[in-house]
Amino acid sequence: MEAKPIKTLKDIPRVEQFAPGHRLCAGCGIPQVVRFTLKAVPDPKVVVNATGCLEVATTIFPYTSWKVPWVHNAFENAAATASGVEAAIKMLEKKYGKKRYKVIVFGGDGGTFDIGFQALSGMLERGHDIMYICYDNEAYMNTGIQRSGATPKGAHTTTSPAGKVIPGKQEKKKDLIRIAIAHGIKYAATMNPAYPVDMYNKIVKAANTPGPTVLHYFTPCPTGWYFDPSRSIEVARLAVQTRIWPLYEYDNGKIRITVPVKKPKPVEDYFKLQGRFRHLLRPENRWLLEEIKRDIEENWKELERLAEVYK
Amino acid sequence: MKGKRVGLNGDTAVAFAAKQANVDVVSAYPITPQTIIVETLAKYINNGELDAAFIPVESEHSALSAAVGASLAGARVFTATASQGLALMYEILWIAAGMRTTIVMALGNRAFSPNINIHCSHDDAYAARDTGWIQFFAENVQEAYDLTLQAFKVSEDHRVLFPSIINLDGFILTHSLEGLYVLDDKTVEEFLPPKKPYNPIDPEAPKTYGPLDLYDWYMEHKKLQDYHFNNNVPPVIKEVFEEYAEISGRRYTPVKTMGVEDADIGIMILGSSAGSVRHVVRQLREKGKKVGVISLTQYRPFPKKELVEAVKNLQVLAVMDRSISFGSPGAQLYMDVASTLYNAKHRPLLFNVIYGLGGRDLTPVHIEGVVEKAEEVLKKGEVEEEQIWVGLKE
Repeated sequence: MEAKPIKTLKDIPRVEQFAPGHRLCAGCGIPQVVRFTLKAVPDPKVVVNATGCLEVATTIFPYTSWKVPWVHNAFENAAATASGVEAAIKMLEKKYGKKRYKVIVFGGDGGTFDIGFQALSGMLERGHDIMYICYDNEAYMNTGIQRSGATPKGAHTTTSPAGKVIPGKQEKKKDLIRIAIAHGIKYAATMNPAYPVDMYNKIVKAANTPGPTVLHYFTPCPTGWYFDPSRSIEVARLAVQTRIWPLYEYDNGKIRITVPVKKPKPVEDYFKLQGRFRHLLRPENRWLLEEIKRDIEENWKELERLAEVYK
Repeated sequence: MKGKRVGLNGDTAVAFAAKQANVDVVSAYPITPQTIIVETLAKYINNGELDAAFIPVESEHSALSAAVGASLAGARVFTATASQGLALMYEILWIAAGMRTTIVMALGNRAFSPNINIHCSHDDAYAARDTGWIQFFAENVQEAYDLTLQAFKVSEDHRVLFPSIINLDGFILTHSLEGLYVLDDKTVEEFLPPKKPYNPIDPEAPKTYGPLDLYDWYMEHKKLQDYHFNNNVPPVIKEVFEEYAEISGRRYTPVKTMGVEDADIGIMILGSSAGSVRHVVRQLREKGKKVGVISLTQYRPFPKKELVEAVKNLQVLAVMDRSISFGSPGAQLYMDVASTLYNAKHRPLLFNVIYGLGGRDLTPVHIEGVVEKAEEVLKKGEVEEEQIWVGLKE
């Protein structure tokens, strides 16, 4: 069965396969991508989950939020575990006529960018029919806000503290989507909860694309970014409007910016809402703020260039 | 002996058994000395002789992780590894057992680094001893073949639902060509029909596999796992050994003994060296020496009762380990034996012999030396040196 795109939020199916009562924080963006995915991807389906916020908060024995089969193996191996499930059901269909189902992976940024990177690369290279969704809260939030390969430059985390000499993380974030595309997959996209229709339809496209697909989801984290949970969507929207989190997709050879940002808002608007960036607004860290602004501009220009080349 | 006589090395015999078992998924990474197993299976699949998915994973960690996913999905799954590969899998060994998968894994036993060695030690088998996997030790290529087939039957039994390891000594068995009897495909199919999965992944009946389990339930779950492992596995192994004896004419027992009924001295050993020890002991017995041999086919769950029974007439038992456990009271098999016998009505004097590390040969002279040492202990009535090494350069 094909997944169906939507025009407005009203078109989103009412069915819920992710039960309330889970322990994810107020203002956390993860439930939105999970609910949308379970709504957008037709049954039958199975979810494989890496260790992380989503896993620990939704399956505290004897409770579970999952109304679809859900498998957790370990931190770094969600992509490998899913590969096994996918290979098995294809073979069981061929040999014994069992019914196949769609395999979806949810992994955090730690489980995707860092410890699970190799398994993800293997899964993409082998061409398994799996949707891989990275919910990126830009640090190891479940273990106490440690820096990951997805933490943006300048951010304060418990292992990249904003100190007097070194003001937060000094390295740039890895570019997950371009790494994924380099494996020769057919569909990859970024998503953000402040743009729900864009997000829903990207999940639909991934679901309808055979072979591996990668979706990279921006999930605001009030606990780890130090902001008021009621402002989650505002923070998420600002990430897009400042060009920090471009919304774009790679669709079978074509790159398209799905939410153009003609007049970007000042990055300070985004930074000042979050405790993790507040130190960047101090005069002594101005050099770093300027560097980050340059990075953002360069990244956007490069994306525009790619969108032009791969029209 | 039933079946056809063929010549295979240990790796190809195991791969042939996995093919006859009609596995659905093979997930493996090439690591010497098991590489030939993987290559052979890939060849079977690509030539259409075996209908299975081959997942050429990018690491040993992923090999076992994918095997876990495939097993939960309901497939009959096989993988193989050795030493460093097993070490990299270590985290997932516990998960594979605790999630009650039925994976069968061949382990081409080989020494842990450093220094990188590639030859036989039992470090890897011992490293897996606490993880909840059933473990068998093959003494020769015939046993490697037979045990692989039997392992699927044991693991997939709904009273069991634990994964199995078949240990076969790296190079000594994996790469040695031996004559063995193989069953015909039809006999194997009757013995081992397609897997009937227990609670597999099923969108019609969604379940949560591998949840967060905190202090309020974790302990009960571990107790249940331990109870099932200790109480359910051994009787099923015996049943399967019995059934296999009927179709093959080859009867397996958890503990293998020779001459222990009338012996004063026993030598206990695992793997391929058991054959060498038996050969030397046979010669010594002809000369009138009262020596016996004990080896284990079933290493986990550890066959405590059978061992207590096997040693009941012995005065001295030399326990030989192809591994070391740094800083422990002895090497791994020695510790198992000592703790098994501590509360037994009769326990012989024990000492530990370290041999064969990294593929060092165990020669008849070494074995005779062990018997001489045991005779000294017997004469003195006490153990002065609890651990000796044989085959070391002077």
